[in-house]
Amino acid sequence: MTNVTENATEPDFQDDGLEADHTEIAEERARRQRRALIATAAVVIGFAVMWIVATTMSGTIPSIFASVLRSAIEPQTAAVAIAVIGLNIHFGFTGLLNIGQAGFMLLGAYGFAIAITRDVPLLFAVLIGLAAASAFALLLGLPTLKLRGDYLAIVTISAAEIIRYVGRLSQLTPVTGGSQGLPGSQYRDPFVNLSFFGDGTTTIGPFSYQNTGVNGWWIRFVAWLLVGICCVLVYFLVRSPWGRLLRGIREDEEAMRSLGKNVFAVKMQALVIGGALGALGGIMYVLPSSVQADSMGRTLTFFIWTALLLGGAATIFGPVLGTILFFSVRILIRGITGAVVPPEILNTQQSDQFSWVVVGVILMLLVIFRPQGILGNKRELQFNA
Amino acid sequence: MPESITRSPNAVDNPYADPAARRALTDGIAAEPGVAKPDPILVVDNIVRKFGGMTAVDVDHLEVQKGIITALIGPNGAGKTTFFNLITGFDRPTSAPTRFKRPENAATWSFEGSELGSTSASNVARAGMVRTFQLTKSLNRMTVMENMMLGAREQSGENLLTCWLRPTWAKEEREAEAKAKELLARFKLLRKKDDYAGSLSGGQRKLLEMARALMTDPTMIMLDEPMAGVNPALTQSLLGHIQSLRDEGTTVLFVEHDMHMVRHISDWVVVMAEGRVIAEGRAEVVMSDPAVIDAYLGAHHDTDLGDETLQEDTVAPQPTSEENPT
Ligand SMILES: Nc1ncnc2c1ncn2[C@@H]1O[C@H](COP(=O)(O)OP(=O)(O)OP(=O)(O)O)[C@@H](O)[C@H]1O
Ligand SMILES: [Mg+2]
Repeated sequence: MTNVTENATEPDFQDDGLEADHTEIAEERARRQRRALIATAAVVIGFAVMWIVATTMSGTIPSIFASVLRSAIEPQTAAVAIAVIGLNIHFGFTGLLNIGQAGFMLLGAYGFAIAITRDVPLLFAVLIGLAAASAFALLLGLPTLKLRGDYLAIVTISAAEIIRYVGRLSQLTPVTGGSQGLPGSQYRDPFVNLSFFGDGTTTIGPFSYQNTGVNGWWIRFVAWLLVGICCVLVYFLVRSPWGRLLRGIREDEEAMRSLGKNVFAVKMQALVIGGALGALGGIMYVLPSSVQADSMGRTLTFFIWTALLLGGAATIFGPVLGTILFFSVRILIRGITGAVVPPEILNTQQSDQFSWVVVGVILMLLVIFRPQGILGNKRELQFNA
Repeated sequence: MPESITRSPNAVDNPYADPAARRALTDGIAAEPGVAKPDPILVVDNIVRKFGGMTAVDVDHLEVQKGIITALIGPNGAGKTTFFNLITGFDRPTSAPTRFKRPENAATWSFEGSELGSTSASNVARAGMVRTFQLTKSLNRMTVMENMMLGAREQSGENLLTCWLRPTWAKEEREAEAKAKELLARFKLLRKKDDYAGSLSGGQRKLLEMARALMTDPTMIMLDEPMAGVNPALTQSLLGHIQSLRDEGTTVLFVEHDMHMVRHISDWVVVMAEGRVIAEGRAEVVMSDPAVIDAYLGAHHDTDLGDETLQEDTVAPQPTSEENPT
């Protein structure tokens, strides 16, 4: 070895600038965490205030607040949150443009519900739902993941539509229920029977539900438990070297290839995992209601994307926070509009539509003023490759 | 001297660490395009790449000797980068055999004796031939350290089935991190280790990319203009580093326009022009080759390339064409 290299190594380890730089970076990180904490605290405090108002007062506003709180813990909110967590693996961490997450949900729901109606045990029925979505991911990924990112976007959006149209086919009515769909009563019993919450009704603050029932505490408990489990799962996955591969692929596939990484295989793994989470979300989505192809179409995919961008892509809790806010803020806007604007100007139906308009405007403002979402990291968005 | 941690596990005692041995080796090789080498690590045949009607690369035969530093030079647009892309699997030769048709002069290229004709870019890298890019590919929204860690090979934590079990990869991770720190220190990037790669300057990104490639312990490293935009003082120490890599057994192939650097560290020089290999030989031989000077500066020029006099206008009976075209 030459002397030159030796000299090059020595001084840098005791670089004076090292200390200063590190404290600056630590400060930056602390500032970011503080901001995320403040945002989360603001949401929690907001909900707490609504809770107090809803339980101690009566009138229009308290009842609006109560419905906002109810929508926040709705099992379908949890179901969408799980699908958003899946999309976050696709888009947030790996950079895969999946514009058909609702298709994965629908496929999972069909797989699960049809299996139950054929007397398959509950656990296997869930696995069938997940397997259907995984197979779908493989099918879509095989031809597209070697190509540029846009191809996956086109294929997912059209494949999701195809699933929806096929599900509605009248020829398939004996299997999928056609455009009528499958009513929940046909497949929900094994799940409901699993409940150890017993009968009766429990009231906690503004929430009053049956302990088990069709749409009671039991499904809320299971749905949010699953959300928690998914967050932990994602945490472990993305903090590992495997998660680092995902982010590397999001940044530059060719660089990853030049380092000997099997980009195609890793993208496929991400697509399957995110799709399977979508299917799990789909199963939870239909348990308290019914399998309706049209309720899981492009609109739902749009909600999922909005919730992800709202909460912050490439974060662990962003998807959950984003989903809760997306659904509850809309109920709040609708309620307040209904209460404030006289019905001659906006009737109930119109104030519902108006709430969607406001949600759209909020999304635009968000993209302009806080593109990283509520919990996202601005620095991660700054350098557009 | 303590052994450096960056010494790759597959480091061999390179017989060509000794300058006299290199001299003897290159003395024994004729200075002509496509000449056979005693112990070639990379052999390419009939590599043709056309873009529309334009032939970017047309190399009949080229061998790269193991254990030495080979420079690939040539004017802008000569096809050097395209050639790199072709042999590392990032592009496919027009002359490569397809499933249905095998052209008469089908392109073949092999690394350490194994054919690479149908090997993907990532498998080429895993086989030990690792390249950097002329236009750097830093992973911008990841930290410098994360960039480096991605270079480490065979990480069990990159396996989906075991990645959530931290104990299975924690030790590997620590080792890779130590190695990354040592490399970063050498490349003067240690203090930037927690910064986003996107916040680095152009030259720093070049350095990061080179350091990241070295994390893979390559058998052969291919650098596309590694020193473009790197300040002279650092260039000096990095040249030393490249030489020590060679001494530890890594074969180096690099593209560079700075003739002083080429002269200073390369043991063998390959010259490309308009897609073809037009000359090969030791630096001083090649740079006084009229064909090479023609390719670089146009005809009617009788000054050595990379000659000191090119830099100093004190002794210049004939001004160089760059400074004052006649
Ligand atoms: N993707 C492409 N499409 C069309 N032409 C291309 C493409 N890539 C390279 N070329 C052409 O091939 C020729 C060789 O390009 P290449 O990048 O290999 O040159 P180079 O020797 O690396 O030059 P430099 O020293 O400037 O980096 C150029 O004339 C270029 O215009
Ligand atoms: Mg080039």
